[in-house]
Amino acid sequence: MSVKQGLLALLATEPMYGAQLRSEFEARTGGTWPLNVGQVYTTLARLERDGLVEAIGEDAEGRISYRLTRAGQAEVARWWVSPVTRETTPRDELVIKLALAVTVEGVDVHRVVQTQRTATLRHLQDLTRLKQRATTHHEAAEDGDGQVDLAWLLVLENLIYAGEAEVRWLDHVEARLVREANRPRRPASATPGTTATTTDPAMGAIAGDQSTTTKGAPR
Amino acid sequence: MSSSDTTPRTDHEAILRLDNVTRVHGTDGTAVRALAGVSLAVRAGELVAVMGPSGSGKSTLLNLAGGLDAATSGQVLIEGQSIGTLKGDALARLRRRRVGFVFQDFNLIPSLTAVENVALPLELDGQRVSRARRRAVDALTMVGVQELADRYPDKMSGGQQQRVAIARALVGDRRLVLADEPTGALDSHTGEGVLRVLRERCDAGAAGLLVTHEARHAAWADRVVFLRDGVVVDSTGSAETAEALLEPTA
Ligand SMILES: Nc1ncnc2c1ncn2[C@@H]1O[C@H](COP(=O)(O)OP(=O)(O)OP(=O)(O)O)[C@@H](O)[C@H]1O
Ligand SMILES: [Mg+2]
Repeated sequence: MSVKQGLLALLATEPMYGAQLRSEFEARTGGTWPLNVGQVYTTLARLERDGLVEAIGEDAEGRISYRLTRAGQAEVARWWVSPVTRETTPRDELVIKLALAVTVEGVDVHRVVQTQRTATLRHLQDLTRLKQRATTHHEAAEDGDGQVDLAWLLVLENLIYAGEAEVRWLDHVEARLVREANRPRRPASATPGTTATTTDPAMGAIAGDQSTTTKGAPR
Repeated sequence: MSSSDTTPRTDHEAILRLDNVTRVHGTDGTAVRALAGVSLAVRAGELVAVMGPSGSGKSTLLNLAGGLDAATSGQVLIEGQSIGTLKGDALARLRRRRVGFVFQDFNLIPSLTAVENVALPLELDGQRVSRARRRAVDALTMVGVQELADRYPDKMSGGQQQRVAIARALVGDRRLVLADEPTGALDSHTGEGVLRVLRERCDAGAAGLLVTHEARHAAWADRVVFLRDGVVVDSTGSAETAEALLEPTA
């Protein structure tokens, strides 16, 4: 998430100073991605340099408020209508761990999977309790507060769906390992006519390795 | 705690208890061990979710818990009463009064309207038709489909049928609610509504056992138990409680 776009979007609602931007950002995203004040100020400095925001003077306590310039407004408008791209695949420790587990001799992959599944479900239980509380609060809230609750609920639900996706993937990994363990193995010198499964692009290059390395994984 | 304990039960005690339960389907050559030595307790106010791959024994566990199937060995206790010792009539009465089921398919009776489906267990139990009907309407209201009271199942969507089935499971004073994939065919919003109703019923003092494939739904439970090949392999309960609860009382 770019801090830059977040601050610009907040400044589109009204001029704000740094600490205010930080607390608004955190209130609306439930504090899930805390910002430090330094990060806010360096970002504001960059935005000012690029002509997207401008300072509109200090208040009595010496706090400088910023507002969007025309270019800043255009940037916010562009952001709302552009899809978020995920060009770089973030390095995910769990994925790396399992990829290594199936290729390293003697690792109990099923146990790795189950340990993770239990932990992820515990995390989901915590998130669900937070969600229940936020829902109750949201239903009782006045309009203004209600909007902030709604933002927090959406963030929580995103984390819940991500956790669920992780569990589904773990289920899939486990099912695939069982299938691999039961797969009849062909001698290394298979005839060309029987190589269909190993050249299946969906299986990728790793699949061939798996059949030899998952043998040791206890069922 | 002894399983033959007859002292008055407190809320801390299990409404449902499985002690070392095994279920073998078929005989000898074709025998399938659907459940192997499972112990589990669900207390008042608690919702427990069961997860596991297809064929791991989830439905078998639920059917045994509700007295729809009999254990090959071990025992099932509902409110301290071992159901294996009950005669057919007594077992049927216990099921009707104390246990609510939501099945993997909805299992509504096609020739009865929604409210008649929900009122049926109460009427079978000898309640006056008018009173049973009133309570059935209350249950339908609780799951948000009161306006469908006079509709027949084939004139309802899958989600609506499922909510009627849940109303039927919750009607009356059932203290044990068993649900097998109750959110199966539902969209995420309707599915969550089902979980909310189940959760509320448990918060109000019922014990719930929920089978689901969806982690998002299992997360509404106080505890998630994982089954594989008929065996409990793990649970999200704290290590201490899990051990205490999973310890057979034999
Ligand atoms: N009446 C029966 N006769 C023989 N085998 C049975 C019978 N009922 C269930 N089984 C077997 O017992 C095992 C457990 O079945 P069960 O229905 O409990 O699985 P499940 O976990 O509910 O699966 P699913 O997620 O597919 O509903 C399976 O191997 C199944 O084939
Ligand atoms: Mg089943």
